[in-house]
Amino acid sequence: MQLSRKSLPILPLLLAAVAPAPAAAQTAADAIFTVNNVWMMVATFLVFIMHLGFSTLEIGLTQSKNTVNILFKNVSIIAIGLLTYAIVGFNLMYPGEFSIGSFFGFAGFGVGTDAAGLTSEYSEGYTYWTDFLFQGMFAATAATIVSGAVAERIKLASFLVFATLYVGLIYPFVGSWKWGGGWLDEMGFYDFAGSTLVHSVGGWAALVGVFLLGPRLGKYVNDQIHPIPGHNIPLAAIGMFMLWLGWFGFNGGSVLSADPGLVSLVLVTTCLAASAGIVSAMLTTWTVHKHPDVSMVLNGALAGLVGITAGADVVSAMDSVIIGAIAGVLVVFSVEMFDRIKMDDPVGAISVHLTCGIWGTLAVGIFSADHSFVTQLIGVLAYGATCLAAATIIFSLIKATMGLRVSAADERQGLDLAEHNMEAYPDYQIMITR
Amino acid sequence: MKLVIAYIQPHALHDVKTALTGVGVGRMSVVNAQGAGQQGGYTETYRGSEFEVLLRKKVRLEIAVNDDFLERTREAIIEGARSGNFGDGVIFVVELAECYRIRTGESGSPAVG
Repeated sequence: MQLSRKSLPILPLLLAAVAPAPAAAQTAADAIFTVNNVWMMVATFLVFIMHLGFSTLEIGLTQSKNTVNILFKNVSIIAIGLLTYAIVGFNLMYPGEFSIGSFFGFAGFGVGTDAAGLTSEYSEGYTYWTDFLFQGMFAATAATIVSGAVAERIKLASFLVFATLYVGLIYPFVGSWKWGGGWLDEMGFYDFAGSTLVHSVGGWAALVGVFLLGPRLGKYVNDQIHPIPGHNIPLAAIGMFMLWLGWFGFNGGSVLSADPGLVSLVLVTTCLAASAGIVSAMLTTWTVHKHPDVSMVLNGALAGLVGITAGADVVSAMDSVIIGAIAGVLVVFSVEMFDRIKMDDPVGAISVHLTCGIWGTLAVGIFSADHSFVTQLIGVLAYGATCLAAATIIFSLIKATMGLRVSAADERQGLDLAEHNMEAYPDYQIMITR
Repeated sequence: MKLVIAYIQPHALHDVKTALTGVGVGRMSVVNAQGAGQQGGYTETYRGSEFEVLLRKKVRLEIAVNDDFLERTREAIIEGARSGNFGDGVIFVVELAECYRIRTGESGSPAVG
């Protein structure tokens, strides 16, 4: 912005007018409000880019013949997430007044605000619109988690119907119990940025999806595990880095203002937990599997991030290292355990988001003196029971009506050709038609 | 000595190799191939337009065997690759004139088997 020279002559006047303090205080408050709102919008951009991270991670850890399908799902999810959040989600998650106990409330269809919503009257940290968009970016994440777990065998249309219902109705409904000021919030349950509200909610649905779908063809033969290697480890690594970058906004924005002390602490605990997750997953995979497996280390970073998400603002920096390190070990053994019970999760989404989401939520009760372990456990169980039931009902209805799984022939051919009639890497074959 | 050349569906490779190993045939070369048989080609769509992809992805196996191994090799490939549909593949058997094992310098039948 250019300063106009014309403003100079009035400077003495301004100096003379310094005396009325309320005006100056008003200006300072406005400036802080603007700074807060800008940070919240930056955080929104960062959460948005996590969807690119989820896409490349999922593509990298699956077979090349399903790449178009995975991109299609991930592009659709961000759209479905934002649209349903605008239509019902935002007002379901933040109803203001609850109509059934502190259990369910709905403030009406659509989004919109009066003039007060654009000022600090709405909140010290952000405008109504920033609030909507930031929370909307979170909503789609829950369905993206499911996408990775059910990859390479779910019907596209069935997945999209599931994502719409789960993100549009279930995610905001259960989210209102804590972030909307509902019954778990009243009990003192704590989930800073969503170890439970986002990651476990997605993870529980992923668990149901994987169970109802069954494993990919050839994954478990004669009681033996036959790994189906991902086709592009560099893309998977890019996904991890994108997600970590996005987490600066996911956790940093969950402070809900640009509070210097709190935001910087949260970014430190976030990064230390991710680093500890990498190191502990590295040591675990190196000793247990005899080789340092990079795909496990990528999972380890995400495990640390999911683990710290519930308590990033209430645990000390050194505690965040312990939380992340435990998450990194948990994720490796969780991946193995799910493989042993023949629950085929191509990207380890259940282990990263559900196992470590539960761990992170419980860790708040262990490492923060202000929060109770029992209350945290009640929260985990309440979300588990509700999400399992909801996902089972939705997935079962879809299975009974449209079917859930592609045919064996389609699965072998790859969903790119079977569902989309195109390939992600057409140059890999001889093109006689050119 | 014979050279067995088989074109099979890519997803049948695992079963074929298991069947071959089961009858004592562990040495083979496998390459990616494209081809068309009775199954024909197929069409893809790109930005609304259809185009024909004349060739399908296949896997080509090359296995050198001594004469007494030919039948079990052939049967193992059929066992692993047969689904009863078009596209299961073909097996060619050709006379193998000479064979040398580079490490040992062996030639002929001992080099094959």
